[in-house]
Amino acid sequence: MARKDKSLLEQQIDENLRRVFQKETEKEIPDRFTQLLNQLKEQEAQHEQ
Amino acid sequence: MSSNTATADPRDEILEHLPSLRAFAVSLTRNSSSADDLVQDTIIKAWKNFGSYKQGTNLRAWLFTILRNTFYSARRKSKREVADVDGVMANSLSEKPAHDGRLQMADFEKAFAKLNDEQREALVLVGASGMTYEEAAETCGVATGTMKSRVNRARAKLIELMDIDQDEALEMTDAPTAAVVASSMMPRKTAI
Repeated sequence: MARKDKSLLEQQIDENLRRVFQKETEKEIPDRFTQLLNQLKEQEAQHEQ
Repeated sequence: MSSNTATADPRDEILEHLPSLRAFAVSLTRNSSSADDLVQDTIIKAWKNFGSYKQGTNLRAWLFTILRNTFYSARRKSKREVADVDGVMANSLSEKPAHDGRLQMADFEKAFAKLNDEQREALVLVGASGMTYEEAAETCGVATGTMKSRVNRARAKLIELMDIDQDEALEMTDAPTAAVVASSMMPRKTAI
């Protein structure tokens, strides 16, 4: 039955993918990651002293 | 406490890439807590191996590569492929209603879940994260031409799957059959 135009579908696929990905990237970064980066930095600073 | 480093640490840029790293991790693991564990492992590895990053080259691709390798090597160890998919991606996919001629998100979600890892990954990198074919190829350690054909095949597969889904949906009036098909398509924890 009524098959959609292929290139239109491809555009829509990309649009959907971008929307989902964008949504994920807009989520707040949990503190655990910034804390982890700070910890790694501090460890190294101590190590170098 | 107080550190007064005059020159910027290039590793500080890792922070900027965390949102897209997380999104990529979600697309691979399809589980938000596994995704965050994966990102955590990636950060640690990236930090420790920063010496192997060539300054001025694509940091995002480098980080994505680490994340990807970490994911696949962990999975090879566990050998359990879709054990705890909680449908994170699927849930976010199904939130927007398709009222304006967009693809039916539910169809899209089902079809996307049926792609193999390679195809899903190619579409996420190129179609979603906006990487160039070159970047995506670098991330996956393949030739640019290979990445292009993966993306093309993945799109074609997705279209094929959605067409089939649409046709089948019309013909499938048998509820038990429909339920079996639906559950085999979307392995996820039952949640109300």
